Amino acid sequence: MPSPAFHVPDSVEDVVALLAADPTARPLGGGTDLIVQMRSGRLVPGSVVDFKRIAGMTGVRHEGDAFVIGAATPCTALKADAALAAAWPGVVEAANLIGSVQVRNRATMAGNLCNASPAADSVPALVAAGATCVVAGPSGKREVPVQDIPVAPGKTSLAPGEFVVEICLPAKPAGGGDAYLRSTPRTEMDIAVVGAGVSLVLDADGTCTSARVALGAVGPTVVLVEEAGKALVGTKLDDDALAAMSQAVQAASNPIDDKRGSVSYRKAMAGVLARRAVLVAATRAGAKA
Amino acid sequence: MNAPEQMKQFRHVGTRPVRPDGVDKVTGRALYSPDFKAPGMLWGAILRSPHPHARIIAIDTRQAEALAGVKAVATGRDLPTLESLVMHVGEGASDIVDVSHNCLALDKVLYEGHAVAAVAATSPEIAREALALIEVEYEELPFVLGVEEALAEGAPILHDNVFTKGVDPKPDKPSNAAMRVEMGGGDVEGALASAAATVTGRYSLEPVHQGYIEPHACVASWNGDGQAQIWTSSQGHFSVRALTASVLAMPQADIRVTPLEIGGGFGGKTTIYLEPVAMVLSKKSGRPVRLAMTREEVFRATGPAPGAVIDVRLGAAADGTLVAADVEFLYHSGAYTANDAGAGVSSAIGHYRIANTRVVGVEVLCNRPAAKAYRAPGAPQVNFAVESAMDELAGKLGIDPLELRLKNAVVEGDPQTTGLPWGRIGYVECLEAAKAHPHWSAPLGPNQGRGIAGGYWGNYGGPSTVNVSVAEDGTVTVATGSPDIGGSRASMAIMAAEVLDIPYERVRAVVADTASIGVSMVTGGSRTTFATGMATVQAAEEVKRILCERAARIWGVAADQVEWRSGEVTCLDGEKQGQVMSAAAIAGRSFHSGGPIAAVAALSAKGWLPGFGVHICDTEVDPETGHVKIVRYTAIQDVGIAIHPDYVEGQIQGGAAQGIGWALNEAYIYSKDGKLDNAGFLDYRMPVASDLPMIEAVLVEVPNPSHPYGVKGVGEVPIVPPLAAVANAIHAAAGVRLRDLPMAPDRVYAALHPEG
Repeated sequence: MPSPAFHVPDSVEDVVALLAADPTARPLGGGTDLIVQMRSGRLVPGSVVDFKRIAGMTGVRHEGDAFVIGAATPCTALKADAALAAAWPGVVEAANLIGSVQVRNRATMAGNLCNASPAADSVPALVAAGATCVVAGPSGKREVPVQDIPVAPGKTSLAPGEFVVEICLPAKPAGGGDAYLRSTPRTEMDIAVVGAGVSLVLDADGTCTSARVALGAVGPTVVLVEEAGKALVGTKLDDDALAAMSQAVQAASNPIDDKRGSVSYRKAMAGVLARRAVLVAATRAGAKA
Repeated sequence: MNAPEQMKQFRHVGTRPVRPDGVDKVTGRALYSPDFKAPGMLWGAILRSPHPHARIIAIDTRQAEALAGVKAVATGRDLPTLESLVMHVGEGASDIVDVSHNCLALDKVLYEGHAVAAVAATSPEIAREALALIEVEYEELPFVLGVEEALAEGAPILHDNVFTKGVDPKPDKPSNAAMRVEMGGGDVEGALASAAATVTGRYSLEPVHQGYIEPHACVASWNGDGQAQIWTSSQGHFSVRALTASVLAMPQADIRVTPLEIGGGFGGKTTIYLEPVAMVLSKKSGRPVRLAMTREEVFRATGPAPGAVIDVRLGAAADGTLVAADVEFLYHSGAYTANDAGAGVSSAIGHYRIANTRVVGVEVLCNRPAAKAYRAPGAPQVNFAVESAMDELAGKLGIDPLELRLKNAVVEGDPQTTGLPWGRIGYVECLEAAKAHPHWSAPLGPNQGRGIAGGYWGNYGGPSTVNVSVAEDGTVTVATGSPDIGGSRASMAIMAAEVLDIPYERVRAVVADTASIGVSMVTGGSRTTFATGMATVQAAEEVKRILCERAARIWGVAADQVEWRSGEVTCLDGEKQGQVMSAAAIAGRSFHSGGPIAAVAALSAKGWLPGFGVHICDTEVDPETGHVKIVRYTAIQDVGIAIHPDYVEGQIQGGAAQGIGWALNEAYIYSKDGKLDNAGFLDYRMPVASDLPMIEAVLVEVPNPSHPYGVKGVGEVPIVPPLAAVANAIHAAAGVRLRDLPMAPDRVYAALHPEG
């Protein structure tokens, strides 16, 4: 059993070339999923391509009021960016629920996305926030909505040679607020049984003008529940609107029964967590209690 | 807390000095078993059964043997054929044939993960590659995982030579009921029929793992002359020696076992899994061989604590006096006969005075890893059922649950389950301390509830050997045969320093290998501070006597004309009266005045007493999600006298944390094909730090009159009450009685939302 080749290229083009040359090659950011899968034997890549040292891959860049997050940026670094944490607290909190502090000192949101686990914590928050990512590949760069990256558990839409280089968050809209909540048996070191990300905008009198609700661990990929958002828009988030939103969430949930949760429990929790996340997001958007 | 009965003034006992092994452990220098390397060492690996129950038809190892770098391959055929022999080593009894077959299966595999072959190679990668080249032909057999299913008519029988023990006359058919234990007396049915209030309930628990951080690992080196060395961490290197020698049919003195630091055991390291296999690979290859388990192997192949199904009926008079208890339980033995039922029977209801009792426990074989000791083995399961039932009974009677326990709690002189009278026990003192503690009367917030539970563990004494020796400069070494799991080096140094009345730092305690000290039983049964401590005190007293005798000889006075005062010998005689001689002065001249100064105490300690504990737990239950948060937790325990209170409190906090984990989230999950589905810490959910509040340990000191410093065992008691304390707190918070562990969020949710 030969060890995989280990490459530390210094340009995006070299990463693309190395990935394109070997379909079993894997990019290495934080490595918190990749190394675990290699050690368990689940993944046997012919080569590992470490892109952390390429300029711009680590750190948060501000473009006006928008944010560009390098693919190798560890989750804990997101908390250190005060403007990002103030604009998208739900995203930053979601990324900082993954694993433990030690894991998050390495783990990245791009890795969380490309691992394509339906239970990835940062992904519902990113989808709710309307995040996009920049994908580099043999034919150059393209920008893709985050929700289009995972296509099935462990599978992405990335073509051979492609990898995610950046995640982009828009400027926080006026009157905007976001939140992510998850259900796990333990408080830390756990995988979401259900996760719910919400991003919404309230106008001056507290009426919801737009809302996005995304769920984790209730289907093969993260689910953007458009009906749930629609149930909130035009309302002042009263009990009826919240109940309609929860119903839409439960209707869109198509979870599996496994060791981490039953279908019925997951569906029930999806409704509860989405409602609670809406209320947190509304408070952040400036809603009066 | 309450004043000790004998107001002895101690200089060291009860202080909190830094542990002598602490710096190495926190700086990463301590040598644990997976760290150890020997020159020329090979890397071993074990092939494990993918099936929960199968006959081994053939094993073809030729391709593995032919792989470059492979130096040895072993199967069960390489272990000697043994006659059945029940050995009382470790914690509880084991048949040496079962121990051997568990190390390497012979004709049948009995659980997924059962070892079937092993290789030793020049690298771990080659060893793993070689495993893939071993071809095993299996005939799959029907399997059974549950205790009730295993006893059902037509269930697959694991062993055709097991006939239920404890049943008279001996059954004529083999059975998965390996053993039946019954105790009790009086008229249970009559008393229940006339009781003012009764409660009935069926409770269940899944097997749980001990969860030690350090996986099992060893290095074995078997020389051409037949002598061998083993380096390993365990709870008892003498047990490792005895079991390994017996499995290999060789003299014990030909094996020298060197204990390495242990990263947790909790009962699970009182047996052997790897050592005979590493020995055989070493013999075949002529090189030292390391075997180390992965975490996954630890889960699949090492002992969990048994799961259980438990039926309880309790009856009481209107004033709360318990009149009858009927308890019957089935414990998972796993693949081989385990030892938990006896302890479960004896610790089920012994903390209460009840005139009419019947307690029955059955060990049930099933296709899971062989159950092994886990902290108070056998007690927490049945205690969960009994203390939940007590809570329910208190509710029915309209009596405060603490008062109900106090009314019925056993005191010194009351008969035990065995009929013998209890000694100087402290259950009532713990209940009184609970009642007086501010926690018991603190206000609760919304969705919060408070539960209480009491329990005990019998503890043990047993064989220990200690050598206390004095260096030429008067400093003292205490060598024991007891692996240090919970701070025993510090405790031994404290006790020796107390006897000799010298500074703690002038006494150093070490754990000696099997060739360097006499036989000592495992560090288990909460026996070490008691039994090894007793031997330490005895040996230190003898050293003190020798030092006095030597001083008298040097002064030329009669032996009774000297006295040990403040760590020195003082002369009482004639013109030398008032002169003092230090240990350093005596020891410095010892080579010419009688020889080196040392004393060995080898004893089998008697007079141990059980420990009792009372735990108070506050939970907050999220009515919408079923999540249970432990808001506040107080663990009150009679500890005899705490030699080093930090480590006593640490034991209590650790036991409570493990019990809370058992209550809330820990469980083995099996797939439909009989395979363990959560063989790792991600999905086998032990609590993490943020799951728990600060656990307050309250030490109640009711000294043991049979120990020179009043010691009672403390390590196991604290895992007994938490299961019911948490369940009772959930009932108080949310109004639902959960009788099945774990009380994970989905289970609590289902109880709160029965409509679905």
